[in-house]
Formats: sequence, structure tokens, C-alpha cells
Amino acid sequence: MKILVLLSQVPDTTARIAFTNGDTQYDGNGVTFIMNPYDEWYALVRALELKEAKGSGTVTTVTVGGADTEATIRKGLAIGADDAVRIDAQPADALQVAELIAGWAKDKGFDLVLAGKETIDHNSGVVGAMLAELLDMPYVPLASKLDVNGETATVERDVPGGVEVLEVKLPIALSAAKGMAEQRIPNMRGIMAARTKPLQVVPAGTVSNVASTVKFELPPAKGSVKMIPADEAGKLIELLHTEAKII
Amino acid sequence: MSTIAFIDTRGDKLPKAAQEAVTYASQLAGGPITAITFGDAQGIEALGANGAKKVVVARGVKAVDSQQLTRLVCEVAAAEGATTIVFVHDATGKAVAPRVAARLKAGLVAGATGMPEGDRFRRNVFSGKARAWVEVRSGVKVISLSPNSIPIATGGGSAALEEYNGDLGAARIGVKELRKAGSGVPLPEAELVVSAGRGMKGPEHWAPVEELAQLLGAATACSRPVADMHWRPHHEHVGQTGVAIRPNLYIAIGISGAIQHLAGVNQSKVICVINKDPEAPFFKAADYGIVGDAFEVLPKLIEAAKKLNAER
Repeated sequence: MKILVLLSQVPDTTARIAFTNGDTQYDGNGVTFIMNPYDEWYALVRALELKEAKGSGTVTTVTVGGADTEATIRKGLAIGADDAVRIDAQPADALQVAELIAGWAKDKGFDLVLAGKETIDHNSGVVGAMLAELLDMPYVPLASKLDVNGETATVERDVPGGVEVLEVKLPIALSAAKGMAEQRIPNMRGIMAARTKPLQVVPAGTVSNVASTVKFELPPAKGSVKMIPADEAGKLIELLHTEAKII
Repeated sequence: MSTIAFIDTRGDKLPKAAQEAVTYASQLAGGPITAITFGDAQGIEALGANGAKKVVVARGVKAVDSQQLTRLVCEVAAAEGATTIVFVHDATGKAVAPRVAARLKAGLVAGATGMPEGDRFRRNVFSGKARAWVEVRSGVKVISLSPNSIPIATGGGSAALEEYNGDLGAARIGVKELRKAGSGVPLPEAELVVSAGRGMKGPEHWAPVEELAQLLGAATACSRPVADMHWRPHHEHVGQTGVAIRPNLYIAIGISGAIQHLAGVNQSKVICVINKDPEAPFFKAADYGIVGDAFEVLPKLIEAAKKLNAER
């Protein structure tokens, strides 16, 4: 089984949010960048578990970005991926990311494509589905469980009011949400092995140029909190009715 | 120039998010629009009230098979000469909208939060800590709308129904099982949410949380540790790794407000925080706050909610 995992590099969850170049770009100055948590904890680790359970197969990661993403890519190899590809580009939107990956992956015969449910910077969660379309694969978003038995994948996902269990013939693409796997910390042997695992850099192909973020802004500052003494707690309900007018 | 909307209306009640998407599409178009849906949809004529003149329904598609649904949307879009295709930014929309955008080489706005300014649409990024204006330059625009972004239009009449009988190819995704876990308002659509965390000390203490929610007509939610310890079902977990919501009212009881929790709820219009720790970070994001023990505060809130309900 050939598994492809989409890996993104993002600012750390607690990083300062500021913008530069006339508010058109995230200001990464002095910021720690990490592997997107959903790609790491859920997609990559589940891919490795599936490979280990089967005792055969490969796990490849693909990242679209500059040379500054290579430390993050090496971490993926240290966690256990067999090889990695970096497509050398600075994409303007999700469709460009999907087109770049599809252009490289289309003749590689992947059985399973796993993405995190979204990146924690752009929060779009759409690259996996776009890639599925470009590779003509079924796609399931927000999967919380994945098992593969022969040629069939069983996928669970949380839906409003319950859990949906789906059966899909391989190949399949999906996005991974909480429940899929637990975080895996790379050990020293993994870190050493990662240094010599293949990391191939692929030049960017042509892409559509149909949308881009033209301006970032910070939300308006929150007014100060109105405190209500605990022994008059009922007043909260009154205020929500008469002042906030929402109940 | 024409606008269409694709919505998931399976189930016995028209989802609010679907009505919002039809309203949004009709406001973008400046007139009635064509809506597309699938499965065992009931009562969809009522979408006329939100601005649909016609609803195309593909009853043969039972599950969210995004390949069949993408073919359906693209076919109707071509027939209608659609230049804008509106989706709901929910699990169904997230499976279909990106595929349609990739197929048509169309610009996609994932999770628009309101009406555009020209070709620029606003969306939330960095888990609600910032906003981005996305400019779409393609001839066809694909917009998925975040739930609770606009008020639903009412009025209008009944929409005409058109059964879709074309060939969408074989389904490649089958639903093996649907395990129900309670009913009630789906969290992403809920306007009012009462949420509780570790401060409740155990699952056996949830009755007052549920009672308050019921009195207010609110959905219940919980923090991550509570879902992880199986005190509450996973679909109630709001936050960065769980469901992101933006209700009109979010009442957080016994939740400290870690950055990962805030990321899922900081778009709520009014936030009330009840916590016995005056230093809980959640108070910084709150509109109303009460420093107090949940077990003393909740009965007072319940009593006040009963009184309010009796008065109206």
C-alpha cells in the first residue's frame, strides 16, 4: 500500500499574529514554525500505523513550500515517513497547492492520500478535496477513524447527532480529525535515520491564478468584561435578555 | 450572470445553514435563485421563503459521495450559466465545494462570513484571531458560507421542485452504519450554546447544565478534557480540535479558556464565563463574567431562566 501524507508548515499555535507588507502577508519574524498539528498527529501517525499493521507499504510526505520548510519535513521523516517530497513554490491559494501536488502525484499510484482536517493558519481544509478531484479519487472530510482491509477502507466520522460509518474502495483521499491517532514523539533513532532518508525537491509546475488573500486584518478589540457578583448570578439572564437582547 | 446554491437538506427539518446559504445566494444575485439538493429531502419547497425559485433534487444520491455531487453541481451550474456557486461551509460543503472549484478552475472562498465588497470576501483565519479578504478573479466563483453569518430571509413563496434524473455515475462511497447519539440542534448551527468543562467535576453533575440549556433553548457543548474523559460525547467538543462554532451566545461554565478552546468559540457574539478562578484566561475574552462555583451559580441561573420564561 502506497500512502501519501500532505504536510504543511504553520506558525506555532501560540504565535503572535501580525502582518507585514501593507497587511498582505503574515509576519513570521521571530515566530516558531511547526508541523501543522492535524497533519502530524492524525494524518501522518495513522498512515504509519496502517503501514506497520500491514507489515508492508510506504509512507511518503509531500509539502509545498520553500527551503525553510525542510526542518519540518525532516521531522516527518524522524516520526517515521519513508521519504519526502518538497515542491518548491510559494503558493497564493489552496487550488495552487492542490494543482502542484496533483501534477507530481498523478502517475505515482497512491492508494491512500491523507491530509489534516485543516491548517491552523488558513483554516480552509480544502486542499485534500481539491487534490481528490484532480486525482479522481473519492474523498471523505473530517474522518475520525480509518481502517483498511484489502481493497476497502472503512472510515468513521462525527456528524451532527452521531457517527457515520462509510465503506469506500481504494484509492481514497480523506482529511483526518481528532480520534484518528495519538501524537508520536520522534525518538533518537528516528531523528538519526531521518538525516539520510530521501528528501526530493521538485520544481513547481504551472498553476491557476484565480484567488488570493489581498488583505489581513485583526478583529476589533473586545470591550471590557462586565462582572456580576456570584450571589446575584441570576442577573446574568436578565442582562442577556434586556441588554444584550439575545435570549 | 446567475447564482446557484448547493445545500444538504437530508433529515426531517430544513437546516438553518441551508436556509442561510439560499438567502445569501439570492442576496448576491439580487433575486430568486436555483438551489440544488439530494437524498430524502423533505419540505424543500419552503426554501422559496428564503429566495429559491426552483430546487433541483437528486434523490438517487443517498450519501455524501462528493464525486457524484460534484458532477451534479457542475451540470446544473452549466445549465443555469452560473457565475457564483454558494455552499454551506459544513462537512458536506467541505467535501463538494473544493472539488467543484478544482474541476472548474474557479476561485474558492472557504468559509465566507458575510456579503462581499466587490470581488472581495471576508473569512476568518488563524482560528479566529485574524480575518482575511480573499479576492476571486475567475469567471465562476465558489463561495462556502460559514453557518450563522447572515440572518435568514423570510417571505417569498414556494419553490418549484425539479427531480434530477441524469446519470451521476456509480456511488463509490457507501454508508455502512449511522450510529445516533442523541438529537437536538446541530452544534455549528445553534444560536445559543451552554458549554461546561472540568469544573463540573464529573459526568453525573451535568443535569443542571442540560436544564439551563433546555430552558434557554440552547445546545449543549463541552471542552476537550471532558470529551476525552468520556464525560460527554465527542461531537459536543468545541475548540480547535473539535467543532468550531460562532453562536450568538456562548455560556462557558467551569472552562478555563485555553487558547485551543478559545480558537473554537472566539467568534461567538456574546460570551459569558462562569469560573471560580478569577485568573481564568477566559475572562479576557468574555462579555459577561461571574467568579463563582458552578454548583452555586447554576441554580441561580436556572431560577432566573424559569422566571424569564414565565414572563414571556
